[in-house]
Amino acid sequence: MDAVQVAIEERVFEQHRHHSKGQFFWVWGALLVMTGMEVYLAYQNLEPIRMLGILMGLSIIKAALIIAYFMHMKFEITPMRWMTMASLVFCLAMMMVFLPDAFRILHLGVNLVAK
Amino acid sequence: MADVAAQHGAAGVYEPSLFGTYSKKIGMWLFLLSDSLTFGALLFAYTYGRVSTPDWPTPFHSESIRNATLMTAFLLTSSLTMVLGVRAAVDGKAKAQRMWLLATMACGIGFIILHGREWSNLIAAGLTLPLFPTPPGQASAEFATVSKNVPQFAATFFGLTGMHMLHVTIGVVYLGVVALRRWFIPVLLGFWLVAWLATPEYSPFHYAAHFLLLAAVVISIILWLKPKLYDASDVEVAGLYWHFVDLVWMFIFPLVYLMSTRIV
Repeated sequence: MDAVQVAIEERVFEQHRHHSKGQFFWVWGALLVMTGMEVYLAYQNLEPIRMLGILMGLSIIKAALIIAYFMHMKFEITPMRWMTMASLVFCLAMMMVFLPDAFRILHLGVNLVAK
Repeated sequence: MADVAAQHGAAGVYEPSLFGTYSKKIGMWLFLLSDSLTFGALLFAYTYGRVSTPDWPTPFHSESIRNATLMTAFLLTSSLTMVLGVRAAVDGKAKAQRMWLLATMACGIGFIILHGREWSNLIAAGLTLPLFPTPPGQASAEFATVSKNVPQFAATFFGLTGMHMLHVTIGVVYLGVVALRRWFIPVLLGFWLVAWLATPEYSPFHYAAHFLLLAAVVISIILWLKPKLYDASDVEVAGLYWHFVDLVWMFIFPLVYLMSTRIV
C-alpha cells in the first residue's frame, strides 16, 4: 500500500482512539429502547398511515444513530458527510414521488365499489 | 497515481484526500450507497403494495413478532460487537479484535437461524412463491389462499427479506474471512454440510445452502490469488458493510413485520 494511504489510515485510526467506548453502549441502549417502543406501537391498533409515519420517524432516528456513531459518519469531514448523505437522501426521496399513486389506486377501488 | 508518487518519494506533493479518508473506505461507502438504492426500491415496492391493497394480509401473530424482535436485538448487538472489534483493531489488540468479530458472526448466525425458522413456519402455513418446493399439507394450510389472492405480499416479502438474509450471510462470510482467513474455509464447508443435511428437501434452504459451497470456492480463489493479513482498515471497512446490513433491517422490521401485525 502506498505511503499516502497509510498516512490517511493512521489519521483516521487516531480519530477512533479519541472516542470513548461508553457512547457505543449508550447508542446500543437507545436503539433497543426505540425498538421496544415500535413493538409497543404495533399493538395499539393505530390507523395504518399514522402508524407508518410514526414507525418511519423512529426508523430514521435509529438509522441516523447507526450511521453517525457505529459507521463513524459523525466524525468524518464535511465533504464526506455531504457527498454520501445528500446523494442518498435525494435518490431515496425521488422514489417517494411514486407513492401517491398507491393512494390513487386505493381510492379508485373504493369509487368503483360505490358505483 | 499515488502509488507512482510514493515510489518516487514524492507523496507529500499531492493534495490530501478530498473526503479525508482512505480509498478502501470511500469505495465501500460508494458500494453501500448503490446497495441502499436496491433496498430502497424493494422497501418502496412493499410499501406501495401495502398502501394500495385493501385486503393486505396480516400474517404476523405474536410469535412472529417476538421472533422478529429477537432478530432485531441480535442485529443491534452484533453492531455493538462490530464497533468494539473495530476499536480493538485500531488499538492493535489482535486477540480482542478476533473475539469481537467472532461474537458479531455468532449474532449474525443467530439472526439467520431465527429468520430461517420464520420463513419455514410461513411456508408451512401456505405462504409461498411458485418457485419454492411444496411442503406436505401446504394446500390446506392457513395462508394458502393469501398466496393466490394477494400474490404481491409473498413476492415482496420473500424478495425483500430474502435479499436481506443474503446480505447477512455474505456479511458473516466476509467477517469470517477477515477474522480467520484461510482457516474459515473448512468452517464454511462445515456450515454448508449442516445447512444442507439438516433441512428437509422441500425447504428452500436445502437448495440455498449451496450458496455457502459457492462462497467457499470463491474465498479459496481470492485467498489463493491474494493471501494477506487483514489490518485495521480492512476490519473498519468490513464493519461498514455489517452496520449497513443492520441499518436496513431497522426499516424492514417496522415496515414488514410491525405494519402487518395480527392483533387479536
